[in-house]
Amino acid sequence: MIETLVIPLIKIVIVLNAVLVSVTYMVLLERKVIAWVQVRLGPMRVGPYGVLQPVADAIKLMIKEDITPTRADRWVFTAAPIIVMVPALIVFAVIPFGSEVELFGRTIPLYITDINVGLLYIVSVASIGVYGIILAGWSSNSKYPLLASLRASAQLISYEVAVTMTLVSLVLMGGTLSMVGFVHAQHEAGVWFLFAQPVAFVVFFIGGLAETNRAPFDMPEAEQELTGGFHTEYSGMRFALFFLAEYANMIVVSAVGVTLFLGGWLRPFANVGALAFLDLVPSWIWFLGKTFVFLYVFLWIRATLPRYRYDQLMRLGWKVLIPIAIANVVVTGALRVLL
Amino acid sequence: MGEAIAFYTLAALILGFAVLVVSAKSTVHSVLFLVLTFLFVAALYVTLQAEFLAVIQVLVYAGGIVVLYLFVVMLVNLKRQPETHADPHRRSRLGLALSGLVLAELAAIAMYGSASSPAASGAASAPEVTAMGGNVEQVGWLLYTDYLIPFELASMLLLVAMIGAIVLAKREL
Amino acid sequence: MTEITPTHYMLLSAALFMIGVIGVMVRRNIIIILMSIELILNAVNINLVAYAAEQQNVVGQVFALFVVAVAAAEAAVGLGIILAFYRNKETVNIDEMNLMRW
Repeated sequence: MIETLVIPLIKIVIVLNAVLVSVTYMVLLERKVIAWVQVRLGPMRVGPYGVLQPVADAIKLMIKEDITPTRADRWVFTAAPIIVMVPALIVFAVIPFGSEVELFGRTIPLYITDINVGLLYIVSVASIGVYGIILAGWSSNSKYPLLASLRASAQLISYEVAVTMTLVSLVLMGGTLSMVGFVHAQHEAGVWFLFAQPVAFVVFFIGGLAETNRAPFDMPEAEQELTGGFHTEYSGMRFALFFLAEYANMIVVSAVGVTLFLGGWLRPFANVGALAFLDLVPSWIWFLGKTFVFLYVFLWIRATLPRYRYDQLMRLGWKVLIPIAIANVVVTGALRVLL
Repeated sequence: MGEAIAFYTLAALILGFAVLVVSAKSTVHSVLFLVLTFLFVAALYVTLQAEFLAVIQVLVYAGGIVVLYLFVVMLVNLKRQPETHADPHRRSRLGLALSGLVLAELAAIAMYGSASSPAASGAASAPEVTAMGGNVEQVGWLLYTDYLIPFELASMLLLVAMIGAIVLAKREL
Repeated sequence: MTEITPTHYMLLSAALFMIGVIGVMVRRNIIIILMSIELILNAVNINLVAYAAEQQNVVGQVFALFVVAVAAAEAAVGLGIILAFYRNKETVNIDEMNLMRW
């Protein structure tokens, strides 16, 4: 009873709180990083060095007036932000944050659950997230959001194919579909899959950028295009949900990338005994550190690269990334059979 | 006991949302109810120990096919109003009567036929398949040994369907 | 009634099948008709998976997987046909799709 109900509930509460707090502070981090790249300081007024800026943002968004367009479809209009946010959060149920920890005499694994189709679960939940975007644009009953949402969802489903193909080649390397199994497979192989599958990592990273609508693929939500994209008609807390869902998706892609390519919670050189002093650092700190590095690269790219035009974006997805990913699967399969 | 609660809840939800699919006034609402039906069918597969099929159901059906339906509905709805109920009631009453008859017949067959259920043993591949690990390994093993040719044919079918859909929907070749 | 036998699943599958058949017969919007066909296919899948679970043999699940693949192909081509027709005749009501009637 305790194992099956109470402990997972506590873990869920901790993970949800941690994710939501990190998402709000990601906003501040992004503004700071972009500011430093542009040789300025970013938010500095609210709190010391601008640390309380997310609190101010949250209060502002919550007290804003909640407008629903007159002829919009009210149920779908209200449900769309929820449909975008929920998949971003429930993916955290299968991500392993660390190996094991000893508390109150029990050995508690640091993941909420480990299903044997974990990787497919993540991909399928991500494909549900597309609905929120389509429905947000449609239910606004207005031309610009509808066209922007069709563009955004077309972008998402195109890059989903490329990302899923890279995950297939990873499954060939790891031999399992469960996320915890991937970390163990990297431990046994002695090498992070980043070095075994560099092409897959590059394709996954670019696909992850496009899946989360991040620059340079953020055409659907840029203010200069289509008057603000699919969340034009949303204001107040509902807009905040879209905003937060995007950052939550970023954290999801980083966490999944870290688990699959960067060894999850393993320390660097996990099989080398001479470096065992690195084990003093707990496994979840390694995981969080690697995720943070991943996230920082996301922000760095946003600050640096210009935006892709829509047809360039679709050409890149269909004509470049998908053939490369499929070729990667074929080569990986051939090498696994021959070696 | 828990299994019974799960089954009856999921069955009620599946049938409820299926009825809403067929009877909703706005096409987009129909599509949304279809997504919910598929999600609950996937949950039913999980209770039947078919996890791989459950995630494939969500990934392919709910996350792929219905997105396609939603796109087409929106492209078609751009100029027209949502479909109003222009059905003559005579046709719907006749349809309901006939379907009720067939359903009663199927129920009778199911309940009285199960009294003498054939205790058929599984296919010859059952013993070695269950020696595999989980559900995914079992399905994969069957797909790549006994049913390899249907597997390849299915991929050919999907390729042909993809080309056909592109050719049909393009504006100019 | 607390023992869930394959008969229960078969009744659920039959009911879902009939709801799909009602949808095909009664509605006039071609997209809703295609969605009712998807309901029919799902009903068949439920039946296959239930018997696969009862006989502890995953052949039923493999069959259901093929049904999903074929349904995907059929949905893609069907919607392509609808789009091509809509571009010519501006309607999705099957009562008006009578170009080849005598």
